[in-house]
Amino acid sequence: MKDIKIHVNDLSLYYGEKKALKEISMQIPANKVTALIGPSGCGKSTFLRCINRMNDLIPSVRITGEMLVEGIDIYDKNVDVVNIRKKIGMVFQKSNPFPKSIYENIAYGPKINGLKDKTQLDEIVEVSLRQAAIWDEVKDRLGDSALGLSGGQQQRLCIARTLAVSPDIILMDEPASALDPISTSKIEELVHQLKEQYTIIIVTHNMQQAARTSDHTAFFYMGELIEMGKTNTIFTKPLQKQTEDYITGRFG
Amino acid sequence: MDKVNIELENQFFSSEKKGSDIKGKFFVGVTQLAVFIIIAVLFIILGIIVYQGRAKFSWEFISSFPTNGMTEGGILPALIGTFILVIVMSIAAVPFGTITAIYLTEYASENSKFAAAVRFSVRTLAVVPSIIFGLFGLGFFIQFLGAGVDTAFNGGELRWGQPNILWASLTMSLLTLPVIIVSVEEALKTIPRELREASLALGATKWQTIKQVVLPGSVSGIMTGTILAVSRGAGEVAPILFTGAAYYLATLPGSLSDQFMNLGYHIYIMSTQSSDVEKTMPIQFATTLVLLLLTLSLNLVAVVIRSRIRRRAK
Repeated sequence: MKDIKIHVNDLSLYYGEKKALKEISMQIPANKVTALIGPSGCGKSTFLRCINRMNDLIPSVRITGEMLVEGIDIYDKNVDVVNIRKKIGMVFQKSNPFPKSIYENIAYGPKINGLKDKTQLDEIVEVSLRQAAIWDEVKDRLGDSALGLSGGQQQRLCIARTLAVSPDIILMDEPASALDPISTSKIEELVHQLKEQYTIIIVTHNMQQAARTSDHTAFFYMGELIEMGKTNTIFTKPLQKQTEDYITGRFG
Repeated sequence: MDKVNIELENQFFSSEKKGSDIKGKFFVGVTQLAVFIIIAVLFIILGIIVYQGRAKFSWEFISSFPTNGMTEGGILPALIGTFILVIVMSIAAVPFGTITAIYLTEYASENSKFAAAVRFSVRTLAVVPSIIFGLFGLGFFIQFLGAGVDTAFNGGELRWGQPNILWASLTMSLLTLPVIIVSVEEALKTIPRELREASLALGATKWQTIKQVVLPGSVSGIMTGTILAVSRGAGEVAPILFTGAAYYLATLPGSLSDQFMNLGYHIYIMSTQSSDVEKTMPIQFATTLVLLLLTLSLNLVAVVIRSRIRRRAK
């Protein structure tokens, strides 16, 4: 039980009348990489955004069931969504650095949390950028605009920005889908290193990426969780026909 | 298949073609004529003003007081009065309008009835004739608020219960409020959702996100709104007619409870109530030229800033 970070029990999500997630139940292990795969519109990104309550921003969304993070239901009305998001970071599909300097992008989260001490901020910025494997590329131009970085660098900057608030869990929504192969492999390498300290959940369209980076894989189809298991098992002998069809490229 | 093709051909190459072509040409002609008329009218107006006003237009004209019963001299007090008016107006209207716009775009939910009512009010406010604002200012600010202040704090001595810069500026700020609200709303909407999400996902509250990400990105939009409001306010006369504008003042205003002179109002009185309308004609044209240059250049700045925002939004 201790190794399970997130328990999901019968979670359903509605966009107005439309049911987009259907009674999802799963257990996400701590300090592992869990990949969510499935064809477009299957609900995997929607599910990911349930984990840090990003769907709260959409007025028509209604959620039932439980999402227990370390035993606490994050949809309980006594839970402060701001604290949830500090513990559960998110990296988006399209890199979205703020139109500020590289330094200010990383320092944004800590500053929001009230950290003012310059030396501490400097340290967090350096540690985060090092963790995201981008320090060497940007250390001489921390004052430059983050928008001047390449797409791959921007995405690693966004990962560093997420790390700066020291979350437990990192959600990644197709973090490499807009990147070239070299940047993609850098991100994948990064994911591999980060799982020592963080629980990572990654949505991906790319089968090889799921196979390469993840320990566990969950296959979504039409708003349902079809199958979840060790990545090896899912990719070699899936239990469900639908999973096999998708992985072997027969649809999706 | 063939049958369908033939029918299609008939549609495209039928005898109606010629008729619609003539109609088309006619309407193109009409639109071109309309455009030409608009441009011609604009150039005639500008031409006359520049031609008639250029003789009197000089640094001395801008920097000196009117003399000889306002039949000679410059327009300094009217220019200064206009500046003070738009500055006080902006101080009142820009924060108020910005806050309203933030509420409408950031906080109000999409189907909020209250927000819909606010939007309706803003739109309605934008089409209210400016003289109505003037009358409202007289009734509300001067006779109600000002007189109330005098009774309560000045022991009934008349100070705020009469036309002055403050009431005129506040009246003008009501008139320009819709311009500011709409421009700021537009600017706030150009901040991409991804940036808001990035901030929220880092554990920022909604207000922190607005303060740190949304507002800094909307500065130019807020500026555009302010400039448009200022240029509108600089040119309007009706709202200040009863609320603070003076016919002639020998000194510049020293306090918010003083009256002031104003460019637009100056033109109005010079052309209708001057002791010698014929003689002051060059002054009227030169004053008009100054006012026109002022509002045109302000609008130009606003257009430049706005086009920058548009480019960024793409």
